[in-house]
Amino acid sequence: MKGRARHLILGGLVTLVLIAVVAWFSAAPQWRSLPEQTALLRLSFTHGGDRSAACRDRTEEELAALPKNMRARQICDRRRPPIFVELEVDGATVFAAERDPSGLAGSGPSRVYERLLLPAGPHDLTVRMRDRPDTEGFDYEATRRVELAPAQSFVIDFRPAEGGFVFH
Amino acid sequence: MSLRATLRRGLDRAERGLDPLFGPDWNPLANLGPLGWFLFWIVAATGVYLFIFFDTGVVDAYASVEWLSNDHWFHAGVARSLHRYASDLMVVVMLLHLAREFVYDRYRGKRWFSWVTGVPIVWFVYMSGITGYWLVWDQLAQYVAQTSTELLDALPIFAEPIARNFLTPESLSSRFFTLLVFLHIAIPLILLLAMWIHIQRISLARTKPPRGLAAITLAALVVVSLVLPASSQGPADLATVPAVVGLDWFLLGLYPVIDMVPPGVIWTGALLFTLVLIGLPWAPPRAEAPAAKVFLDHCNGCSRCVADCPYGAITLVRRSDGAPFLHEVEVDAGRCVACGICMGSCPSSTPFRRSGDLITGIDLPERSLAALRAEVIEAAAQLTGTGRVLTIACGFGAGGAPAPGRVVLPCVAMAPPSLFDFILSRGLADGVAIAGCAERDCQNRLGRSWTLQRIARERDPFLRNRVPRPRLLTVWAGPSEVARLEAETAGFAEALAAMGPYADQRPLDPAEARGAAAATTARAEQIVEAAK
Ligand code: HEM
Ligand code: SF4
Ligand code: SF4
Repeated sequence: MKGRARHLILGGLVTLVLIAVVAWFSAAPQWRSLPEQTALLRLSFTHGGDRSAACRDRTEEELAALPKNMRARQICDRRRPPIFVELEVDGATVFAAERDPSGLAGSGPSRVYERLLLPAGPHDLTVRMRDRPDTEGFDYEATRRVELAPAQSFVIDFRPAEGGFVFH
Repeated sequence: MSLRATLRRGLDRAERGLDPLFGPDWNPLANLGPLGWFLFWIVAATGVYLFIFFDTGVVDAYASVEWLSNDHWFHAGVARSLHRYASDLMVVVMLLHLAREFVYDRYRGKRWFSWVTGVPIVWFVYMSGITGYWLVWDQLAQYVAQTSTELLDALPIFAEPIARNFLTPESLSSRFFTLLVFLHIAIPLILLLAMWIHIQRISLARTKPPRGLAAITLAALVVVSLVLPASSQGPADLATVPAVVGLDWFLLGLYPVIDMVPPGVIWTGALLFTLVLIGLPWAPPRAEAPAAKVFLDHCNGCSRCVADCPYGAITLVRRSDGAPFLHEVEVDAGRCVACGICMGSCPSSTPFRRSGDLITGIDLPERSLAALRAEVIEAAAQLTGTGRVLTIACGFGAGGAPAPGRVVLPCVAMAPPSLFDFILSRGLADGVAIAGCAERDCQNRLGRSWTLQRIARERDPFLRNRVPRPRLLTVWAGPSEVARLEAETAGFAEALAAMGPYADQRPLDPAEARGAAAATTARAEQIVEAAK
């Protein structure tokens, strides 16, 4: 490596500067993904529409035509019905959509994942859902007054075991 | 001038700027591929080391990274910074490498393979880096995890939106987090496989940078790691949004775009970009001359061409024609770029042949050794006065444009050393200038090394001892150095004039001159006359 001291020094300095610049840009400048004084509200859950509305009883003839061990009274569709979801913030409907079931046969649950940016401060939230096509109005409904802090992450989930909508 | 020629000149000029600082052989821009490999090994080694201290559960991951960065900054902390900065540098090196191969047109025609297999590498490098940032489980990790999973959920892959894992503190399971750790190990391994495939179609691929350059790079990485150590950005908290994060602009530079543009547009854009990149080698393909051809009557299976082909296009196979040799060679036309280097390496490639047609063991159908000899004789006829210099130039260097007294080849290594001997001993010129690509890098990868070794009598076929070395000039100059080539050639011509004519001349044989074919017969005869 005789006679290469110059390259070690000059090349080393250039490389040092380059890597220092790389190191700098590895954590700066900062990126603001959420505007100031804003909170994030997410409405997210998975829930299957209720199939039972589309079920009917088999007639006597139909039952007789079946083998003995398969004589179930009811006949239901494999496909789940869509669910309908609505979100109201401070009295205005900000989201209202029908969500089809997932899966090729439509036998999986419907999914909801909605993001909404809200100014920090107090808000009235009302969320409603219909999971039976024959319901007039809604099967579930919940209302909550919340005080959102800046950069808070607020989530509305749905847990039938806990009686419906859950706010956290 | 075409766009590519302009770009090529500009890049050549920029690279030249680094030559005096690093020396042409350590020039980082001429070592991007090898540097990429070197950085990969640094990242891999530091990654294994970090794994000793890292806790793979979601609860303790952040604390373990903090602990290794603070309490153990002098080894584990340095390893962490090296791990991060070497990955970032790898992105820079990779993108420059991609651009450079494009500008120098090394990705089209038969050279498509390295380009196409390079495209998935881009994806794997980014995916390795992104999954790495999740593991720290700081606020940046949270931002990256949320943004990435929301983007992934736009694709109909997962039964349940995976972004739901990051909804609330309770929803993130340690199992899911462990899956991420696994991905951050598996994806880099796939990257390594892809990098290995990437270089399968070229021979003697340089996967190690020159030692000095490696030392400089590693030393600079260590110094920067000590001075500007990598740090975390506060523990993740799923109850809040990481509204402001310090981004790694190399690996995560596209995240702001993901924030602003609908996922469908992102995925379509990514898909289009990938397809366009893969399609580039055929848009349009390069017009390449037909592949090299083997002439068994002149091949003894010595395998020199196999060793010299930079594209691994020649293989040694069992002899098929009953001649008393064990082997012969076969050219894979799908890989041969018609650089002619094999012709320059074949011991049968000698222009000193008086009887019969001039045929060699391996030849280019559109630019045979016979045609080359004729071109040389014709170019020599354009030289006058004392100190006549015949230039054998590479089409990609400073001498790429046609000029009187110049023969432009796809690579200077296409010229067998016996051709230089021939030019001098037949009195076609008083000296030969070999004008190749820039010293730092050869367009045909190995052509420059082979030429140097052959005329230094270190590599077969050797330049014969009788050839006086002062009558050969080598100039390694890129397309932006036309003036230097001219100056060096002029200086060489003066030196030759002072030397006087070459003493050992034997005039051109009419049979040799006849090779100069119809178009140049008259001139060739003049030369024969003059030589007498
Ligand atoms: C970090 C990732 C990469 C590494 C480590 C890498 C490494 C290499 C190496 C070692 C060579 C051989 C150099 C030589 O010996 O002459 C090479 C050649 C090449 N690479 Fe890459 N590469 C990477 C990414 C890419 C990408 C993204 C592309 C383009 C999409 C690409 C396109 C090429 C081309 C076209 C060649 C030239 C092949 C030839 O000479 O015919 N590489 N690369
Ligand atoms: S011309 Fe010869 S050396 Fe060049 S790619 Fe073809 S076979 Fe290989
Ligand atoms: S260099 Fe010539 S003689 Fe040797 S194997 Fe190749 S073609 Fe045959």
